[in-house]
Amino acid sequence: MLNYTIRRLLLAIPTLLFIALVIFLLLELAPGDPMANVPLTVPPEVKEKMRIALGLDQPTHVRFLRWLQQFFWVEPLHMLDTLFGTSWAEGQQRIISWQSRSPVMDIVWQRMPQTLWVVGLSYVLGALIAVPVGVISAYRQYSFIDQLGTFISMIGFSVPTFFTGVLMIVIFSVHLGWFPSIYDTTLVVNDWESFTKQIRQMIMPVSVLALYNAAQISRFMRASMLDNLNQDYVRTARAKGLREKTVVLVHVLRNSMIPVVTVIALGVPQVFGGAIITEQVFKVNGLGQLLITAIQANDLPMVQTLTFIFAILIVVFNLIADLLYGVLDPRIRYD
Amino acid sequence: MPDGAMPVLDVRNLRTVFRTRSGEVHAVNDVSFDLRPGELLGVVGESGSGKSVTMMSLIGLLPSPPAEVRSGQALLDGRDLLGMTPEELRKVRGARVGFIFQDPMTSLNPVFTVGFQLTEPLRTHMGMTRPEARRRAAELLELVGISDAERRLDDYPHQFSGGMRQRVMIAMALACDPEVLIADEPTTALDVTIQAQILELVKELRHKLGMAIVWITHDLGVIAGIADRVMVMYAGQVVEQAPVKELFTNPQHPYTRALLQTVPSVRGRRVEKLRVIRGQPPVLGAPPAACPFRPRCDHALARCARENPQRIALGSGHDVACFWDPATGEERHA
Repeated sequence: MLNYTIRRLLLAIPTLLFIALVIFLLLELAPGDPMANVPLTVPPEVKEKMRIALGLDQPTHVRFLRWLQQFFWVEPLHMLDTLFGTSWAEGQQRIISWQSRSPVMDIVWQRMPQTLWVVGLSYVLGALIAVPVGVISAYRQYSFIDQLGTFISMIGFSVPTFFTGVLMIVIFSVHLGWFPSIYDTTLVVNDWESFTKQIRQMIMPVSVLALYNAAQISRFMRASMLDNLNQDYVRTARAKGLREKTVVLVHVLRNSMIPVVTVIALGVPQVFGGAIITEQVFKVNGLGQLLITAIQANDLPMVQTLTFIFAILIVVFNLIADLLYGVLDPRIRYD
Repeated sequence: MPDGAMPVLDVRNLRTVFRTRSGEVHAVNDVSFDLRPGELLGVVGESGSGKSVTMMSLIGLLPSPPAEVRSGQALLDGRDLLGMTPEELRKVRGARVGFIFQDPMTSLNPVFTVGFQLTEPLRTHMGMTRPEARRRAAELLELVGISDAERRLDDYPHQFSGGMRQRVMIAMALACDPEVLIADEPTTALDVTIQAQILELVKELRHKLGMAIVWITHDLGVIAGIADRVMVMYAGQVVEQAPVKELFTNPQHPYTRALLQTVPSVRGRRVEKLRVIRGQPPVLGAPPAACPFRPRCDHALARCARENPQRIALGSGHDVACFWDPATGEERHA
């Protein structure tokens, strides 16, 4: 397993380098001028100087290699510096956002907590709801509970989050006034009152995303349970006189979880990418919103870095999913 | 065969029905039989003749719905299995009635070790602790002829061959020392040499442990080699029942006779074509009002279309449900 993991990680390096190149070239090809936001009153010579200051006069391959060096060498060194108080990265240029002129990674670290709190929590919640719903739906197939579960997941699945989000804002913020419609990022949680405020502003975005995630995962769970409930080994377990609870929650569930756990693991990177719209709707300034504004402002270093971070997450969670598969299913051996 | 002893299992007038969308299917129609201590009862019949359904009805292993046990009585040591609550029945399964299934490749749970699966019934029914159950599980594996038992407990089913897995299944069925072992075509999915080994194993264990066995099969060769008594089933009914020698030498029911003729022989004259019983066994939408074998029978009489023959005793433990008498070639006079 360790050998396999190391091999996979080594293989991930060329993959990621290739992805980085593709992203870079795609952004190169995209129309747009980083100076477009600069007021028209600024003379062209000054604009040209600004271009040179951003390194835009360099050829493409130099800029790509510079970015690689910054991302893989300078930024990690800087991270070590902040952690241990060393000064290895001193004087070295970090990846700078064209829009705000501050280091890209600093902004990412600022935005990360919002995304993790709202989107991450909704994913965990979604999975926690989905597993029991899937189990019950499958065990009582075609019962009222199953029909209800199917109906709700159909809604969660097919109605886009920007619609459910707005709908919730209209109902709970505008008409009932229970929850704030705008997520306040500046809120500092330091006492009970601010904590309840934080909870209240999280409820709507979290439940919108949790519904969507739960809908998806519960369908997988149900299908997987149904596949396994009719297997011969279930009959064997019953013939042994095991309690029905043991049969379903030990024998069937363990087998059914194998595909579901991988689906859950593969979905984690989408936690970051898929929440762009919801973050936008509730004005949660997390990573998704950061990406959108960066794209709109032609802030290429920011877009490049964020997209690449998503790519790393996808590669890493693919590996995690494969490893989990091996852990859960003894028939799979990686050595 | 210990004659006259109290039967361990006494089944009377069992009826099982499947409710499907296209109506009811009467899978088991008025089946009665008994099983004496230490006896091996062979149950033979084509696919769909109700052999497995009969046995699974007894201990509540059929999915319900669609299956429904309509009537009957099944006394295991004087207690009616069919009148038990699901919880009472669960305590009988695995503890007093063991089950072996057809396909050992799929009958074990792939994600748990053999040791875990073997110790489950021990811990559930006998209240053993983990180490106790583990010791007993190792003994059981040795009993069914798996060497290096202690170490193999930690292996997963996919690390065993088909024959070995069936041995594990047998060990599992025997775990709690059941009075009755029901073997549902346990050798069908195995190749012939492994089949022979499993048969030998069961014969040996039977004498060692002294339990009664119901052996479901469609292989008459297996029955001839292992059974004490044979019950032939057709369309959810018992059509003939006799001690094994008697059945093979003196078959009475046209269906039994036809079945015996379909077995190809390696001795004697070479046959050009394998014998078959023409037609298909019926799917019964209602309890049969006439003899269900009549459309395929070479000896059908006028009476066979009017009523369903009941089982009549012919002496020496032989009974048959047929109006036709092979001795005279005419209607039987009781």
